[in-house]
Amino acid sequence: MKILVAVKRVIDYNVQIRVKEDGTGVVTDNVKMSTNPPDDNAIEEAVKIKEAGKATEVVAVTVGEEKAQETVRKALAVGADKGIHVKVDGILEPLAVSKILQKIVDKEKPDLVFMGKQAIDDDCNQTGQMLSALLNWPQATFASKIDVKDNKLEVTREIDEGLETIEINVPAIVTCDLRLNEPRYASLPNIMKAKKKPIEEIVASDLGVNVSPRLEQLKVEEPPKRKAGIKVANVAELVQKLKNEAKVI
Amino acid sequence: MAVLLIAEHNNKELRPFTLNAATAASQIDSDVHAVIIGQNSADAAKQLSELPVVKKVLSVEGAHYENFTAENFSPVIVKLAENYSHIVCSANTFGKNLMPRIAAHLDTSQVSDIIKVISPDTFLRPIYAGNAFATIKSNDAKKCVTIRPTSFDPCESTGGSAPIEKVDASEEFSNTKFIKREEIKSDRPELGTARIVVSGGRGMQSGDNFKLITEIADKLGAAIGASRAAVDAGYISNDHQVGQTGKVVVPDLYIAVGISGAIQHLAGMKESKVIVAINKDGEAPIFSVADYGLEADLFEALPQFMEELNKLNTIQK
Repeated sequence: MKILVAVKRVIDYNVQIRVKEDGTGVVTDNVKMSTNPPDDNAIEEAVKIKEAGKATEVVAVTVGEEKAQETVRKALAVGADKGIHVKVDGILEPLAVSKILQKIVDKEKPDLVFMGKQAIDDDCNQTGQMLSALLNWPQATFASKIDVKDNKLEVTREIDEGLETIEINVPAIVTCDLRLNEPRYASLPNIMKAKKKPIEEIVASDLGVNVSPRLEQLKVEEPPKRKAGIKVANVAELVQKLKNEAKVI
Repeated sequence: MAVLLIAEHNNKELRPFTLNAATAASQIDSDVHAVIIGQNSADAAKQLSELPVVKKVLSVEGAHYENFTAENFSPVIVKLAENYSHIVCSANTFGKNLMPRIAAHLDTSQVSDIIKVISPDTFLRPIYAGNAFATIKSNDAKKCVTIRPTSFDPCESTGGSAPIEKVDASEEFSNTKFIKREEIKSDRPELGTARIVVSGGRGMQSGDNFKLITEIADKLGAAIGASRAAVDAGYISNDHQVGQTGKVVVPDLYIAVGISGAIQHLAGMKESKVIVAINKDGEAPIFSVADYGLEADLFEALPQFMEELNKLNTIQK
């Protein structure tokens, strides 16, 4: 079984983002970037499945500007066998990314495609489902547990009401929740080894996909700030304030 | 053209966020039709027809719709979409799972998780865990929009009498099979719609200690929330998680106990009307969004909180 894992480069989850003064976006210059956190879970799961002898190859793919390749390099350092970097500049909407990934799937013929359930920058939560629609493959979104059984997967999904278990036939798409596993850190020797692993570079326009945005981002602004609150001295004061000042209990 | 609302239900009744999505749909266009797809869902369809904002109900029945599988739902909606300018549903796990599948089939760039309808083609949505708001204009002929339910009031639920029209079922998608759903049943209010939420974080130290929170939640008629750290640690089940990758809540009162206040948690609760933080670390970021902060050991503070509540003559429910 071959697993393709899609990874995205985003502003690191620990960074407090700043909105640009001209309202065109958020500041990304000199800001720490890293792999979208649930994409790390997707890579980890694929590598674990390979280590368990249930997959033969893990391919990491990213779509984006020059530096996006760092995320593929990191995936190689934690166990992916080969990388693909589809180069494209500018804003990419999930629909465009899913069309590019569809082309990569046609080319690589994976049995499974894994990715994070949502990217923590645009919070869209779309790409996996869209790719699954374009391929007419089953989708298991928000996965917190995956059991590989021959040509089927049993997947536990985190839903609002609790947990749901579904069985999907391969080929299939899985979008990963943060609780799926604990991503490993790359060891120094593996980081060195990863530098020798191949990364295929593809220019998006060569794939024949129209990636021009359909949405216009008219403005990006800071959300309204909350007014500073107060510290109370003790529990009695807190309850009194909630009862008589805020009037919420 | 009219707006098509996708109803969320459990085959017996509508799920509450359908009412919030209906409000958002009616702000896009006053001509709102609603589709309900399920098995033996006639009662829920009738409920839908009684929402005054809904002008027509489309009902699709089939055994393969019983478990709301996106692969089965999307072909029906894609076919119906011909007659509509917008497809709308809630940005909860139901809508997040389903809508992108529809959007891709329609070759439309979806607008996710909107918090405001500015005009029929322009919407406000949070990005970066709510640390920025983006105004987005869609230039697609058909627009697929998911709405953040807590940003829209629920619509009136009675008084309407829209006609219910049957629509043919689509074929079953055979490569996805539903196995089971484990719903955590509780008599407490639903987290997404509760007036008060009491949440615990890593500071709770164990699942057992959550009983300190349960006790207070029961006294206040509150729902119980949790930070991702507490869910990851196994203190409480995933359906309680509040935050960027969990649920977004906007209660009148949110009490955060032993939660440090990572950006990702704040994303799920910082729009709450009144926020209380109880934490022994006075520097914890949660205090920056709290209206009332109490720097204290939660294992002393929670029992005292319960005592103080017991002293009150009345508690709003």
